[in-house]
Parts: sequence; structure tokens; C-alpha cells
Amino acid sequence: MSAVIEPGHAGHTDHHHDHGHHGPAKGLMRWVLTTNHKDIGTMYLWFSFAMFLIGGSFAMVIRAELFQPGLQIVEPAFFNQMTTMHGLVMVFGAVMPAFVGLANWMIPLMVGAPDMALPRMNNFSFWLLPAAFGLLISTLFTAGGGPNFGWTFYAPLSTTYAPESVTFFIFAIHLMGISSIMGAINVIATILNLRAPGMTLMKMPLFVWTWLITAFLLIAVMPVLAGCVTMMLMDIHFGTSFFSAAGGGDPVLFQHVFWFFGHPEVYIMILPAFGAVSSIIPAFSRKPLFGYTSMVYATASIAFLSFIVWAHHMFVVGIPLVGELFFMYATLLIAVPTGVKVFNWVTTMWQGSLTFETPMLFAVAFVILFTIGGFSGLMLAIAPADFQYHDTYFVVAHFHYVLVPGAIFGIFASAYYWLPKWTGHMYDETLGKLHFWLSFVGMNMAFFPMHFVGLAGMPRRIPDYNLQFADFNMVSSIGAFSFGATQFLFLFIVIKCIRGGKPAPAKPWDGADGLEWTIPSPAPYHTFTTPPEVK
Amino acid sequence: MGLLLWSVFSQAHAAWTVNMTQGATATSNAVFDLHMTIFLICAVIGVLVFGAMFWSMLVHRRSTGQVASHFHESTTVEILWTVVPFVILVAMAIPATKTLINIYDSSESELDIQITGYQWKWNYKYLGQEVEFFSNLATPSEQIHNQAPKDEHYLLEVDQPLVIPAGTKVRFLITAADVIHSWWVPALAVKRDAIPGFVNEAWTKVEKPGIYRGQCAELCGKDHGFMPIVVEVKSKEDFAKWLDERKQEALAMKELTSKEWTREELVERGDKIYHTTCAACHQAEGQGLPPMFPALKGSKIATGPKEDHLHIVFFGKQGTAMAAFGKQLSEVDIASVITYERNAWGNNVGDMVTPKDVLALKQAQK
Repeated sequence: MSAVIEPGHAGHTDHHHDHGHHGPAKGLMRWVLTTNHKDIGTMYLWFSFAMFLIGGSFAMVIRAELFQPGLQIVEPAFFNQMTTMHGLVMVFGAVMPAFVGLANWMIPLMVGAPDMALPRMNNFSFWLLPAAFGLLISTLFTAGGGPNFGWTFYAPLSTTYAPESVTFFIFAIHLMGISSIMGAINVIATILNLRAPGMTLMKMPLFVWTWLITAFLLIAVMPVLAGCVTMMLMDIHFGTSFFSAAGGGDPVLFQHVFWFFGHPEVYIMILPAFGAVSSIIPAFSRKPLFGYTSMVYATASIAFLSFIVWAHHMFVVGIPLVGELFFMYATLLIAVPTGVKVFNWVTTMWQGSLTFETPMLFAVAFVILFTIGGFSGLMLAIAPADFQYHDTYFVVAHFHYVLVPGAIFGIFASAYYWLPKWTGHMYDETLGKLHFWLSFVGMNMAFFPMHFVGLAGMPRRIPDYNLQFADFNMVSSIGAFSFGATQFLFLFIVIKCIRGGKPAPAKPWDGADGLEWTIPSPAPYHTFTTPPEVK
Repeated sequence: MGLLLWSVFSQAHAAWTVNMTQGATATSNAVFDLHMTIFLICAVIGVLVFGAMFWSMLVHRRSTGQVASHFHESTTVEILWTVVPFVILVAMAIPATKTLINIYDSSESELDIQITGYQWKWNYKYLGQEVEFFSNLATPSEQIHNQAPKDEHYLLEVDQPLVIPAGTKVRFLITAADVIHSWWVPALAVKRDAIPGFVNEAWTKVEKPGIYRGQCAELCGKDHGFMPIVVEVKSKEDFAKWLDERKQEALAMKELTSKEWTREELVERGDKIYHTTCAACHQAEGQGLPPMFPALKGSKIATGPKEDHLHIVFFGKQGTAMAAFGKQLSEVDIASVITYERNAWGNNVGDMVTPKDVLALKQAQK
């Protein structure tokens, strides 16, 4: 905090204009050396969008190969690299950094803080990411190819039987993990220490609450992932046998460790979206959020339950009956707090005064489609039924329904909601709506038929399939291509909004609430150098 | 676009299956019932929740002059929608628990079969019966590479199916030799991971004879999509007859080892073995897929001393995908495939490895 209160300014604390001579540095070094939360947030968001396009291009290769039965475009060995890299890039490169970007931009503005609590560490956590993903993607060009063992990298396929590039993969995961942990520490430190006077915990916007809880999840599980890949590294290069039964180890241990990380990880990718949507729906319903307190407790319950359900990803590995029952019951329980959240959103809309600007469209689609993903999740929780669903396209449909219209629509909704604040211009509403409808149709066309082929018996991660799955796969591919192409429209809308457009007022949404709307649009380079009073 | 739609709807095998199979066993029927129950419960909840949402979206719009209410709390309602879902979940968990307990009871089986997953084929061993064989993909590579029309059971056909008797409780002991696989036949509702170093149990009891098809369900490397499972259920009498024939074949196989083979005979037999067992990695013309799968054409091993060649085929190579085929193939098959590799694709070494050489190596291990 001492950096903020400089001696020369001690007498000017009531001076509300931004400190003009403290504007951003010029040129490239502004971005390399910046410690400004808005600059870093912007970089996170651009980075994540670039990764979204790269990870999406891998998905296009997958869908092109699956367009028809038979091998046409790629060989199975490369197909496996595509499924693996698609998953890794989307999870660690697109979704997680996008939420960190939103956190960087919005948390200080929402709690009335001048910046993140640890600005230099903030810079470092961002710049680790390009290094990590440069390393990871470069493996595709090595002899022997990149990681080909799925984003869940089960041993021993990822150890004894892995391509040599697995070592680069491990290092890249370590870098991403360090970046995430530092990001999480920063979020916690900011929320707990830099709130404006009067901003009590139970007055915080839900986006801040969900991010606080997400940050604790990150700190708890990223080290577990690091431990997991370190054990792999030891097995591959130093002759240990953590995951090799031949040396007294246990391949199932890998899955326990991985999913102890992996299940909280899937909530890491959805909780911040819950928070954003909990701001957006009330804004466009012109009605306060229904059940704020229960939203906070529901989020906390989901976070707690996420630690005790990991083995539902492993119902067919042969865990004992009692274990199977425990994990089935615990998983079913998650439906309770998740249901509470959905009911709260619906009740927030009830008897509101609704309008459907682009952020609201994405938020409403989020609630509906995420709930559909929740239903298939409930079905997957039933262990005996899971014996039929497990590792089929039904699972692929399920997690794409929670991740695409869940996490990614949540990010789109947030982007449209706060773009006026970031750029000082209104985005093009017509194009925004077009982006929504094309995404909505493309996404459902791509992923809904996957439920059907999965139930009919098509396993996931296969490059070729029996003719009975041909028709739905072609529909899926057409949907996926159109969803993919639509995202260039989003890029165009954002660039157009940055370059010009109708000037945005400080509060462009009449129903919106929160400190971020009390500052001008675009948000000045430095904000809340004097903390606001929250009543 | 018209052409595209036409091609979508004109597929000869068009099958718009949208639901899970009911299957052929009591267990698969129980699982199907569970699936439908949960699905219907979800559908009802969906209709209620989405109905309320759509009502609100249509009626509570600002454009209809709606003025927003300001209620934002109701403890009664919130308790209600916490408790009601909980009760529904308990109602779901009860039948699921019953089915699960039944699935886990593999006691009192009449026949035990050990299933071992290999990259990328299945091995079936009838315990206590001296019958054991590999089951490989039978779809020709021309169909996969679109040079021939695909038949109905494209990628779901094998050279030798697993044969089990009808009306009999059969226990599967499932494991793997290299990486994790998963043995899945939807019609039996059996899916169990095959894990190296572990033995998992599953069981089935099929009443009606028939052919049931499935696939490996766990990503296991390059040809994960090409290791199908076919289960042929025969009547008890037919099964007994089949088992007897297989035993005779096994005896005949042992006799083949002591036969005097010529190089030509070995090469001819080795050609077939190579293309079912080795070509997935080392490729049809021995060119391999370097660096993961080295070429055999002109390689040091295939043109060097034959003892080294036998050694690597028999014991595999640690830390690579090269498996130890000493336990997978018969003496005759190992001898003939090595002889083939040393005399094919211009590797004209001119020598041969005999089944007796392989037997000698095998006996030296004991």
C-alpha cells in the first residue's frame, strides 16, 4: 500500500481526477513491464482468446476427420495429439486465463481497490503463460509428435508409452500451475485486504465471492497436479515406479491424484461464470438478485463437495462397492446447491422488467444449457448407468454442455457486459445478437447429437467409427464448423468496439449495480486511488 | 448445401439411434430402466424450470410495460427447493444402489474367462480349459482408407470372437499387458477397465444366443479406435462342441512346433501373422512410423544376427511400445514372422528361425 500513497500526493487525496502523469508507458515495454491490473487483465483476455482460436482449430481438425467414417484427413497418431492438445489448450489456455483476465479487470473495480494487491507478481503470472503454451504447442513440431495421451494423461500411456515430448508437456504444466497459484494468491490478497471501507464480505458482488472461492480451490489443487506430473517425471527419467505396477506402483493411483485435482478444476472453470451471470441477470431484469446469501453458501458447498467426489470419474476402474456407493451419493448431493443457484436465477428473472441485450442473451442461454449439462451430469452420477455412459460421446456431450455454454458463454456474457467499461464505446448490438444466435445454434448442433451417438455406443477419442454413427457425426461436424467460424465475428465486434462506436456512459445498463459503474467509461488507467465509501 | 443434405439422408446404413440399448441381459435391462427413470425425472424438472423461465421471458418483458418487483428473499421457498431435490435424489439413489450391488456380485460363476488388453487387440483365456487366443480387428485396411466400400460391421468385426455359453453365469477377469484399456460390450452392460498389474472382475449371463459387439473404451494409444470386441453367445451344446474343437486345435498347434519347416512355408505363414500383429506399428511395407515405431525394412535388427532379432521379438524392448511377443504368440508364429521379416521388402538375409529355436529360448527361461 505504501506505493500508492506517495509523499508528493499526500495533500491531494481528495483530488478525484486521474493522475495524468501516471498514464501508461509508451510502446511495447508498457505491456512487458506493466503492473497495472487493467493492462494485465487485457493481456490475459487477449491471450485467452488467441488460445481459444488455436484450441478451436484443433477441434476443427477433429471434427473434419469425424465428418465421415474412414480415415481421410489425419492418421490416428496425429488425431490423438489433436484431442489431447484441444483439451489442454482449452482448459488451461482459454478458459482459466479468461477468468483470471476478468478477475484482474473487475475485482479491483468491484471492491474499490486501486489495483491488485501484488502487482509485480501479477505481471509474472501472466508472462509465464505465453512461455508455457509456446513450449506446449512447439511439441507438435517435434519428431515423435506432441502429447497424444488425452488431456487426462493417464499413466502408463503418458509415462512408459509416451512420446519424448512428454517432458516438455510436464514442464509446461508446471509453469501453468505456478502461474495459476500466483494468480490465486493475488486474488485472495486483493479481496481480503483491499476492499473499500464499508464493503463487507456479504456486500461483495457474487463475481468477487465466486472468485474468492475459486482462488482457494486453485491453491488447494494446483499443487496436487504439480505433484502428479512430478511423479510422472520421476517415473520417466529417474527410474521410480509410482504409476507402474511392474515396479510395485499403481496406475490407478495416477487417476486418484489426477482427479483429486481434476474435479475441483472443473468447478474452477465454472464458478467465476456463476458469479458473472449473477451480476448480469439482475441488471437486465432490473431486480435485485434473489437469494444472495444462499448463492454464497451454495457456491461454498459446491466447492467443498468438489473435493469428495473425484472418483466418479473412475466408476469403471474397479473401486470397491462401498467406495462406489460413497462417490455416487456425494456426487448426487452436488445437484442440491447447483439447483439452488439455478432456481435463484430463474426467480431473479421472475416478475422483473426484462430486456435481452447480448450479455443477457448469453446469460439466459448459460442458465438453460448449463442446466442441461447438469442433468446429464446427474445421469452420469448414477454409477450403474455410468457403466454404459463412461468414456462415450455422452460424456463428451455432457462436459461440452457445461464448458461451452457454461464457462465460455459466461465469458462472452461478461465481455459484452463490461466492454463499454473497458473501451469507452458501446459494442454493435446487432452484431452482438448475431454472434449470440450463431453461437447458440452452432453449439447445440455440434454437441446435442453427441448425446445420441454416445448412448448408441460410440466411444470417445476415436478417429473412425462404425457407419451407424455416421449421420449424427456429420451433423455435429457441421455445427462445430459453424460455431468455430462464428468466433471470428466476435473478434471483429471487439476490435470494432475498441476502435470506435457510440460513447459509453459511466453506467450503460440502467439496471446494473456496483462500484465499477461509478467510474467513467473507459475506466481511467488508475482508479480508486482514494477508496470509495460503501454504505 | 443440397448435396450435403442429400448425402446425409441417403446413407445406406442411416440409423438415427438416439437411445441406449436395452441389451441382452437382466443387468443391462436394469441399467436401461435406471437410465430411463433418471432421464424422465430430469425431463420433468427441466419442463418445470424452463417453463418458468420461458414464461418469465415472454410475459415479464419491459416491452410489455412490466414494472420490476423488488422481492429478493424468501426463506420458505429457499428451504423448499433445497429439501425437495434432496428427496428426489434419495429416491434415485435407492434403485441405483440395488442394481450396483447386483453388478458387484460375481460369485458362483460357472465359467471364468481371463481377458487381457494389449495394444491393440484382446486376449481371451478360458481358465482351466487350456484354450487361449487373440482377437484382432478383421476390417481390411482398404475399407478404413476408403479404397473399398465399408460393410455393416465396419470396425466392429474381429477374426476370432469371444465365445460364451447362453444361460450361464460367466465371470470375466480383466487385466492388461501394457497400458490401460477398457472392455465394453453395451448389450451386456459390462464395462471394466483393463489395468496392467490389476485384475478386475465383471460378470454376465446372456439368455439368448446371438452376436454382440463392443469396443475398447479407454484411450490406449494410436489404434484405440481399432480394437473391437465381438461376443458370440452359443447354446450350451454348441459351446461345448466349440470348446472341444479349440482344444484339438491347440494340440495340433503344439505338434506344428516339432514339424520340420522350410523357409518358404515359414515366410508364407509369417506374412499373415505380420499383417495382423505387427503391421499396426511397423506398417504394411515394413517402413514403420519413425521415430515412435522404427522401420524394419533394412533395419539393423532385421538384417543383423538372427539371435538378436529373436530376442527383441520374444522379450520386447523396455521403455518403448515394442511388446514382448514371447507370451503372446506360439513358437510357430514367432518363428514364421521373424523369418518373414528377414526375407521381405528386400531384406533378403536368406536365413530362417525355426519353431524349435523359439522353443529352446522359451525353455531356457524356465
